[in-house]
Amino acid sequence: MATERDELTGAETTGHEWDGLKELNNPLPRWWLYILYASIVASVIYSFFVPPIPGVMGVFETTRAVVRQDIELARDAQSANLERIRLASLQEIRDDASLRDFVYSGGSSVFAENCAPCHGPGGAGVPGYPALVDDVWLWGGTLGDIHDTIAYGVRSDDPDTRWSEMIAFGRDDVLNHSEIEDVSHYVLSLSDTDNDREAALRGEVIYAENCATCHGDAGEGDDLLGAPALNDHLWLYGGTLDEVISQVDNPKHGVMPAWHERLDDTTIKMLSVYVHTLGGGQ
Amino acid sequence: MTEATAAVNEPVAYNEDVIRKFAIATMFWGVVAFAAGTYIAFQLAFPLLNLDWEFTSFGRLRPLHTSSAIFAFGGNALMASSLYCVQRTCGVTLFGGRPTADFLFWGYQFFIVMAAWGYVNGVTQGKEYAEPEWMVDIWLTIVWVVYLVVFAGTILKRKQPHIYVANWFFLAFILTVAVLHIVNNLSVPVTLTGMKSYGLYSGVQDALTQWWYGHNAVGFFLTAGFLGIMYYFLPKQAGRPIYSYRLSIVHFWSLIFLYIWAGPHHLHYTALPEWAQSLGMIFSIMLWMPSWGGMINGLMTLKGAWWKLRTDPVLRMMVAAIGFYGMSTFEGPLMGIRAVNSLSHYTDWTIGHVHSGALGWVAFISFGAIYYLVPQLWKRERLYSIQLVSWHFWIATIGILLYIISMWVTGIMEGLMWRTYDANGFLQYSFIETVQEKHFLYVVRAMGGVCFLTGALIMAYNLWRTILGDLRDEKIAQEPPEARAHLVAQPAE
Repeated sequence: MATERDELTGAETTGHEWDGLKELNNPLPRWWLYILYASIVASVIYSFFVPPIPGVMGVFETTRAVVRQDIELARDAQSANLERIRLASLQEIRDDASLRDFVYSGGSSVFAENCAPCHGPGGAGVPGYPALVDDVWLWGGTLGDIHDTIAYGVRSDDPDTRWSEMIAFGRDDVLNHSEIEDVSHYVLSLSDTDNDREAALRGEVIYAENCATCHGDAGEGDDLLGAPALNDHLWLYGGTLDEVISQVDNPKHGVMPAWHERLDDTTIKMLSVYVHTLGGGQ
Repeated sequence: MTEATAAVNEPVAYNEDVIRKFAIATMFWGVVAFAAGTYIAFQLAFPLLNLDWEFTSFGRLRPLHTSSAIFAFGGNALMASSLYCVQRTCGVTLFGGRPTADFLFWGYQFFIVMAAWGYVNGVTQGKEYAEPEWMVDIWLTIVWVVYLVVFAGTILKRKQPHIYVANWFFLAFILTVAVLHIVNNLSVPVTLTGMKSYGLYSGVQDALTQWWYGHNAVGFFLTAGFLGIMYYFLPKQAGRPIYSYRLSIVHFWSLIFLYIWAGPHHLHYTALPEWAQSLGMIFSIMLWMPSWGGMINGLMTLKGAWWKLRTDPVLRMMVAAIGFYGMSTFEGPLMGIRAVNSLSHYTDWTIGHVHSGALGWVAFISFGAIYYLVPQLWKRERLYSIQLVSWHFWIATIGILLYIISMWVTGIMEGLMWRTYDANGFLQYSFIETVQEKHFLYVVRAMGGVCFLTGALIMAYNLWRTILGDLRDEKIAQEPPEARAHLVAQPAE
């Protein structure tokens, strides 16, 4: 068959035709072919280094070995400081200027990954999850207090956990509804928040009988019991009348995990010192 | 020879009815897929849009989006174009007759609806791009085998001596997808009346099977199948012969042979044995040129006809598709390299890469094919409006660029943030900080989705008016012949 040529480009056709479609018989572009060969050669060369064959060792270390070495190197670089932290007391760590930078960046890194999801970035707090940047503490704000709270948690399943539970005054019928309302007005009056004077006066007695044991006569709170102060404007579950009534009626209780199950003691120490420096360490 | 030619020239009663149905379904599911994608893109920027309701949560809408894009939109586009092409290029009507073709159409739509129903109701086997449970899988297997029989049967009874290149790609796609689908979905149902099943593989074997499937869904569904579309509709629209028969043979066989091995590059730095990771990586690198063979053959087919891009927005769409194809098939092998993958894996770069292929290549080449098909199928002189095609092209192109550029930036940014250590050897950034940094670009990405969806709605309107038989009174750009005289290449040698 005589070769047919394409009139626009002058290239030969293959002589096939389907539904008006034809094909030219142009050769493979050279650059295409050479890059194809080059990629095959590159793959063969790579195969000597990290072989694509089971059981064959390559010239290079395996990637797993490389990662192991990287981790070891990283550990070595930190080991001197980590060892000093492991041996030192919290107070010594806090006072050691040469460790400050290391502890701060270690603590903030661990905090951002583990604590920020509940306590907010930088410990700013979220309703239900206490702020850590002020000097008001539910369970104490000394280095030791913070350390134990982190290590053993609050209402966690650890035997050393911090634990307390407020009576559900309404749900368990300890107080009736109007008593709860009265005592809530009184609670608001402790921090000079808007309240009904008369109801608050009625509530004062109820408070003294039911609440003062834990929250203190003047609502100053007790961090041994995790009982929040009621005489300030900081509220874990909200400070409106309805929110206070709801908390007296059927209280919410937060839970914090015992972090010693997940973080080693050195890390918890760094974290404790970091949290202590956030704003209100005692 | 003369006999064969005579036979070809006899008018054949092609089955165009089923092609019309598939074309309408393509457009319908396309709009659904793009709308779902745009919505979940907004969910990622504004989580409130999950509406705190299980049926509208991201986890359920995401497979709805991916499956409706790949299998509903892409699948219907492939069936419309492949069944049209195979009839025309073989010179015979579809094997199996009209009832078989109609079963294929309705059977496939039923699969799509069942899968979508499952996703929204939380019925899933948890395998990416293979989420439907065993009952739906069995149904799809039946439908798919019918597709294979119809397609291969039509080729077998062809009145042409040779099989056209587009049909090689379509056949490879149909056959391989059948194998992939069956092997990856082997599972043991808990009860014969319930949807729940457990996969046959466990651990890293399950992961490898899944990514052998997932990668070749890209390779054979989204690459080979749509190359089939390109090989028929591009030369048709351009009115030019395919550039190189030899190149089409070499790149077809090298693509088919190499693609099937590359899946393990999805599992770099995992529990997968290192030799298997290396295997996936080197086959990805060798795959670069075989993929580009399709791009070269597509672009060079326009040799001598480049001027048509000025006046024909449908052709422009197809050429842009080939451009995006070339870009994403370069990006793919690059990301398959272990060292690059250690940065790119698990980041938005992967999502951007997929969308440069899905929006740029798959959707654009499908749009081009559908724009070509609708006037043919409904026997219209031309589309209702050529200018609207141009609007569609530009709006959608801007949408794609917004999408992929924002994802490159967020992907590389978060990859770098994740691996940044401070001077003391501690991680510099927490995960949530990377999410905060990405917020603005997530809004940009969602706006890209809005553009792409808008373009598709313009297309749907344009097709609707074309089907109604309307012609918009507009100036059709014509290039004077003398203006292109200098563009005609001189005959070689």
